[in-house]
Amino acid sequence: MNPDSLYESLSAIDKADLTFWQDAFMKFYRAWFAEDRWISYFQGLATTLRVTVVALAIGIVLGVLVAMVRTAHDQQRPGTRNYLLSLVNTICRIYVTIIRGTPMMVQLMIWGFVIFASSRNLTMVGALGLGVNSGAYVAEIIRGGLMSLDPGQMEAGRSLGLNYLTTMRFIVIPQAFKAILPSLGNEFIVLLKDTSLISVIAGKEIVYFARTIGSRTYEYMFPFFITAIMYLALVMVFSYLQSILERRLRQSDRR
Amino acid sequence: MIDVKNLVKAFGDHVVLNGITEHISPGEKVVVIGPSGSGKSTFLRCLNLLEEPTSGTITFQGQVITDPKINIDKVRQQMGMVFQHFNLFNNMTILRNITLAPVQTKLMSQEEARETAMSLLKRVDLVDKADAYPAQLSGGQKQRIAIVRALAMRPKVMLFDEPTSALDPEMVGEVLDVMKELANQGMTMVVVTHEMGFAREVGSRVLFMDGGGILEQNEPHAFFANPKEERTKDFLSKVL
Repeated sequence: MNPDSLYESLSAIDKADLTFWQDAFMKFYRAWFAEDRWISYFQGLATTLRVTVVALAIGIVLGVLVAMVRTAHDQQRPGTRNYLLSLVNTICRIYVTIIRGTPMMVQLMIWGFVIFASSRNLTMVGALGLGVNSGAYVAEIIRGGLMSLDPGQMEAGRSLGLNYLTTMRFIVIPQAFKAILPSLGNEFIVLLKDTSLISVIAGKEIVYFARTIGSRTYEYMFPFFITAIMYLALVMVFSYLQSILERRLRQSDRR
Repeated sequence: MIDVKNLVKAFGDHVVLNGITEHISPGEKVVVIGPSGSGKSTFLRCLNLLEEPTSGTITFQGQVITDPKINIDKVRQQMGMVFQHFNLFNNMTILRNITLAPVQTKLMSQEEARETAMSLLKRVDLVDKADAYPAQLSGGQKQRIAIVRALAMRPKVMLFDEPTSALDPEMVGEVLDVMKELANQGMTMVVVTHEMGFAREVGSRVLFMDGGGILEQNEPHAFFANPKEERTKDFLSKVL
C-alpha cells in the first residue's frame, strides 16, 4: 500500500483510537515522507561525509607533520641539539596538550562563536575544528607507530646508503602504516561520528536536520532513530572497507 | 683502506670506546672478539657511522668520513653491513629487499639490479625464495639474504655484527659457509663474532677487545696458541 494513502486514511481516524503500530506509522510518516523530508536527511548525510573528508584531510596532514617533528626530535642522537627543532617540537606539544585536554564541543564552540563568529559557512568552520582536533590524535597514533618499529629497519636502510627520506618512504612508513591502521580506522570512525557535534554551531549535517524536523513535528523519536541508523550504516560500511585493506596489507605476514 | 685514529665513543658519561687506533688493509679479514660489553659492536658500528664517534677520526679510502661535511650515504654505499637480527625489510619480497638500494641510489637500473639479485641468490642457493617475504624464511636463510642484500651494492668492505648469534645452532653453518666463500673471493671483512672456529679458519688477524680498547691482536694461529695477556687467556679458557 502507498504510504501517502495509508497516512490519509489513518488521519481520518481519531487519534485516541489508533493502535500502537498505526500511531508509530503516523509519526514515522511525518518524520520521513511528509514534505519530502527524507531528502533533508540525505542532504545532511552528504554534508556529514563532506565534513568528514575535509576534517580527515586536515587531520592527516597536521598529524603527519606533528608526528614527524615529534619523532625527529625524540630520536635525535643524545647530545645533539637543534634549537629550531626544539622550538617547533614545543609548539607541537602545546597543540597536542590543548586539543587533547579540552572537550571537542568546547573547541567547536570557540571556533564557531569566537574565532570565526562572523563566518557564514559554519559547516566548513566545523570541519576545520574537527580536523584540527583529529590532527592531535592522529599525530599521537602515527608517532606511536613510528616509535614502535624496530630501529634496526631504519639502520639497515641507512647502512645500505639510502638517505633518511628514502628509508622512511620505502621501509619505515609502509610498515608503520600497517601497524597503525586499526587505530587510524578507529580514529576515523570517531571523527565520522563527531561530525554530529558541528550542529552546535549550526553546521548543517544530519543531526541539524533531524532537530529541525523534530521541532516542526513535535516528535523527536523517529528523526533521531533515523539519524542513528544512518551513522550506524556508515560506520559498518567503513569498518568493512578497513578490514579489507588490513587483509591486503597483511600479505607480507603470511608464512 | 680503513684507518681509525683515537676513536672515542661515549654514551653520556659512559665511555664505551677509549681511544682506538687501528688500520685495516684491503683484503684483510679482521675478526673482533671479546666479552660482551667490551665495545666490539660499537667499534664496528662506528666504522660506517651508525654510531657517531665522540672524537677521533676514521678514514676510508683516503676520505675522512668523520668530517661532518662528508656525504655519509655515499660512503655507506661502499660498506656493506650485516646485522645480528638480519633486519630484512619485512614489507618487501626478498627480491625487492635486494634491489631496493641499488635502484634507489641509482647504482643500477631496475633490470640490472634484478639480474644481479638473481645471480647472487643463485650463489646462496635461494633463487626459489625471490618472491617470498622475510617472514616465510628461516633464520639462516634470512641472514644469507641479508648478506646478499649488502653485496648487491658491490661494497668494498663488509662489516658483520655477530651475524650468527641469533641463529639456531644448526643454521650457523650455512651462514658461515657463505662468509667463508666471500672471504675466499678476497673481500675485505670486519667480523664481530663468537665463532672461534671461524676466527681461526678464516681470519687473517684477530683483535681481542676488552674494556673499550684493543687489548691484544695477532695472526689467528698464534693468537689462539699463545695468548699473551692474562685477560685474553681467561676469556679463551671460558669460550674454547
